[in-house]
Amino acid sequence: MTPRFVRSRQLGSIVDAVGNTPLLRLRRIASSAPDVEVFAKLEFMNPGGSVKDRPALRMMLDAIESGQLTTDKILIDATSGNTGVAYSMLGAALGYRVHLVMPKNVTKARKDITQAYGTEIIYSDPMEGSDGAIRLVRKIVQENPDKYFYPDQYSNPSNPLAHYLGTGQEILDAVGDRITHFVAGLGTSGTVMGTTRRLHEHTRPIHCVAAEPAEALHGLEGLKHMASSIVPEIYDPNLPDEIMPIATEAGWDMAERVAAEEGLNIGHSGGANIAAAVALAERAQREQGGGCVVTIIPDRGDRYFAPMKWEKRYTW
Amino acid sequence: MATVRIPTPLRSLTGGEESVQASGANVRALIDDLESNHPGIKDRLLDDKGVRRFVNIYVGEEDIRFLDGLDTPLQGNEEISIVPAIAGGL
Repeated sequence: MTPRFVRSRQLGSIVDAVGNTPLLRLRRIASSAPDVEVFAKLEFMNPGGSVKDRPALRMMLDAIESGQLTTDKILIDATSGNTGVAYSMLGAALGYRVHLVMPKNVTKARKDITQAYGTEIIYSDPMEGSDGAIRLVRKIVQENPDKYFYPDQYSNPSNPLAHYLGTGQEILDAVGDRITHFVAGLGTSGTVMGTTRRLHEHTRPIHCVAAEPAEALHGLEGLKHMASSIVPEIYDPNLPDEIMPIATEAGWDMAERVAAEEGLNIGHSGGANIAAAVALAERAQREQGGGCVVTIIPDRGDRYFAPMKWEKRYTW
Repeated sequence: MATVRIPTPLRSLTGGEESVQASGANVRALIDDLESNHPGIKDRLLDDKGVRRFVNIYVGEEDIRFLDGLDTPLQGNEEISIVPAIAGGL
């Protein structure tokens, strides 16, 4: 265990609080595989509340260094979620203006979080989901290329690099040679790509799995069903050792179970990741009689809200 | 006939159409009518307990969960919207 896991350290900027998240052993939820260790990396402990602080920071720092992001430019990207919160927090801390394009059916809470940091929101068609937001941001940037810095988390190699240098290395620091399996859900695919690349470099083989929503119309916010989506440029389908489909209901039910059984209130993508991790643990128990499975909890459940009565009227 | 707005992930079932026509005395019957013209769509929207938890169906601007659910009556000239409960995230 390295000293980097000490969290009482003194920081010079909120930016320095990104990364070095703890790895938590899940015991009750994986009791069906008693000889397999299951760990979850608690990414909600990043200062913006999610795993997205990592790629957002790496993309911004790399762009500042290369001169693509300057204080007279506006950072703009398509995000209805945690990346938007991360850009907004980091933009405020580092002194850069932020505009976000998001589908109009994003919850009010989500809009409020980003606006609290001074971010401006541009709305896209709710029927077209995140792909509609991507199309709109591309159009806006194309019309005014000099006005904006467009990190484009779907195509930016700094996104997976953040996980190669951070997430993957930190997992090895924490569990070392014990890890036999890694699994995470596919969204931009940055977490899976970067972490898998680092883990595949390890001296012992580690089976790396990409979890994916089982259907095109799904409820696992943050995850992408690749066959029916704009496929991210950073996604290499040949990199994961396995693709595992996860049903929305399995992810939602697991999120509820880990709240009740492990004291972790997590988002649905975290529920899907843990459902996949438990499935892998059961397989390892059956076929190898033991093992160590590591997964990611991207964010907390309190970032999501069921449709509320006071939100029943949408205006679009 | 009511107009039904179809979200992007389901347009593979409607030949790419953004909206289709369907009829029914209530939302349940309208979905059965949709299923007869676009086989497979019903399973994407409903499970044995009703509307799947991550799917929202609107009549005009009202979520049917806050109306009479699948029994919400239709006159035949409404605009029905099928909207994913999530906006994609990321």
